[in-house]
Amino acid sequence: MIVTGKGGVGKTTLSVALGMRAAAEGKRTIVCEVAAQENASRMFEHTTVGFHEVELEENLWAISIDPDDSMREYVLLQLKVRAMRDMLFRSRIFNYLAAATPGLKELVTIGKIWELAQLDRKVKSGCKYDTVIVDAPATGHGVGFLQTPRTFANIARVGPIHSQAKTLDNFITDHDNTGVAIVALPEEMPVNESAALERDLVDEVGVAVDRIYLNGLYPERFSKEEAEKLVPLAAEDGAPRAAARAALSEFGRARSQRAQLARLRRRVQAPVKTLPFLFEPDLGPEAARRLSRRLS
Amino acid sequence: MSPHSPTLADVLDGKEVVICAGSGGVGKTTTSAAIAAGLAARGLKVCVLTIDPAKRLADSLGLDELGNDARRVDPRLFEEQGVEITGELWAMMLDPKQTFDELISRQAPDEESRDRVLGNPIYQQISGALAGSQEYMAMEKLFELHTEGDYDMLVLDTPPSRNALDFLEAPRRLTQFIEGKSLRVFMKPTGFAAKVAGRGATVALSVMKRIVGFDLIADLAEFFNAFSGMVDGFQARAKRVNKLLAAPTTCFLVVCGPQGEPIDEAVYFHRKLVEAKLPFGGVIVNKVHYPAEQLRGDDEDLPATLAEKLGDADLAQRVAANFADYQALAERDARNIEHLAREMRATGVIRVPYLDEDVHDLAGLAQINRYLFATGEERVAMAAGRA
Repeated sequence: MIVTGKGGVGKTTLSVALGMRAAAEGKRTIVCEVAAQENASRMFEHTTVGFHEVELEENLWAISIDPDDSMREYVLLQLKVRAMRDMLFRSRIFNYLAAATPGLKELVTIGKIWELAQLDRKVKSGCKYDTVIVDAPATGHGVGFLQTPRTFANIARVGPIHSQAKTLDNFITDHDNTGVAIVALPEEMPVNESAALERDLVDEVGVAVDRIYLNGLYPERFSKEEAEKLVPLAAEDGAPRAAARAALSEFGRARSQRAQLARLRRRVQAPVKTLPFLFEPDLGPEAARRLSRRLS
Repeated sequence: MSPHSPTLADVLDGKEVVICAGSGGVGKTTTSAAIAAGLAARGLKVCVLTIDPAKRLADSLGLDELGNDARRVDPRLFEEQGVEITGELWAMMLDPKQTFDELISRQAPDEESRDRVLGNPIYQQISGALAGSQEYMAMEKLFELHTEGDYDMLVLDTPPSRNALDFLEAPRRLTQFIEGKSLRVFMKPTGFAAKVAGRGATVALSVMKRIVGFDLIADLAEFFNAFSGMVDGFQARAKRVNKLLAAPTTCFLVVCGPQGEPIDEAVYFHRKLVEAKLPFGGVIVNKVHYPAEQLRGDDEDLPATLAEKLGDADLAQRVAANFADYQALAERDARNIEHLAREMRATGVIRVPYLDEDVHDLAGLAQINRYLFATGEERVAMAAGRA
């Protein structure tokens, strides 16, 4: 399951929540954080997640996929001989190629995701996972990221890179085993972008978009009549005024968000699932856990 | 927050380039457009640039579409929103592939070299499709416009990458990528180069052929050969781009949100700017929950007070609960921003409140613009609905 969407929409929290959900269902699950930012490890206090599989709780694992480490691992798997790999990494030509070829980082990252999803793991110490959840890079780049294997398959017409890039492309576009979830926010532009993203993902990349999560939906705490009763209070003074203003803005946002939800439903093909706004100071593991309970 | 803290107009005084940087989803595009509009309202000729496949800037400016050419934004659109553009506001949304093509055309010594690069299959793939080329091209266009000198001020909305640092490295990566020097040398294993390169390199190459396939290496070699003759030009250009980024007339503004994660990223990004000796101008925090003013410890009585005023105990309870939730978010935001200001040693963090209306049109943009260019005190007054 690849979780994508624009930046700041809650992809990481949702990825971890999906992971918790799958783990609770008894599936052995790993959450992959892409790029060395370790957002997901914020979600698990006292645990540093790096480029190795860390068990967070029963059935739930995490890894932060660093492209340089992925590259090393990949080359070692290809070469089998550590001395040869070390020589390669010392050589200028290789380092040049690795650093300068745009998209190579993305390719080896997807390669690592593929490796994690294999039942017959290439990494000797690796265990088998039933579910692999990928917290994908923000869009703008999201489509580019998922398209990397095909681009490489086109550049290298034959040879090992071609066949491996082809394998990765098939893996991403395998509708039976790989799904994409888009995370959206109930605001005008994020809704537009999510609809465009779904179109690009389906038409250009050819993946299956399984579900769209509309995150951060405010509860409808007040009815229209109640809001009208609050209007005079908002013109008064002191705490009642501040409280009434807060209530009116909640009412306004909850309403405009419902309108955005309706727009999103009209404009996308995949089913839309809403997730509540979490009124908590920081989105830690408890927030993800509460969200995971809403993901039945 | 002091009234003496510099306003955005003070920070940007005498600058020629403003770069809005930050992680995705923090409102960079809207902020860039609002800054550009604010400067144009102060009489400058401003161009705002974005590389964004999602066409967000066009949305923000009420334009149907943008292209690789700057378009002038109709000042009447802003006038309707109470912002008088006395200067000129231009906007450009870059097409990375087109920008790359233009760059090649300019750098190529002759038509044949140009066509060789533009027609190369590897070039065609990487120039448009692959992640990373956007950052290269944003810097390139910025430099080009600055050199042409048609505008008083350029505002760059950086690409929506997860890692805000990607584009800082863009000029260096561009040179490295175009250079391909070492690769071209190694690609002629029978010639003089092979003797120079020595045995180690030959082994490395043969190992690489096993992994990558000879076909791809040969294609890459042809690709880099096609670039020969342009390398010096690119290197010189990248140097000048770097110089522009570090110039005292350039100003980096870090844009972030008030939650823990965006704040951490902003702190990290600021540190990298300082390390790279790039001119940091200030920080803008979007979607901040402002705390309610002047609460005189009567919070506990709030449900009762509200019930009395509303004549509805159940509604009063819910209004109070909602208010408590809101205040908790406001306290969190204040804590996070305090941490941010301390880490950056920034005076006058610009806090744009979480507005009641979703910001997606010119009305929203004009509102953001008013907050951005206000003093700290004015912002508090505006957020409380008193101005």
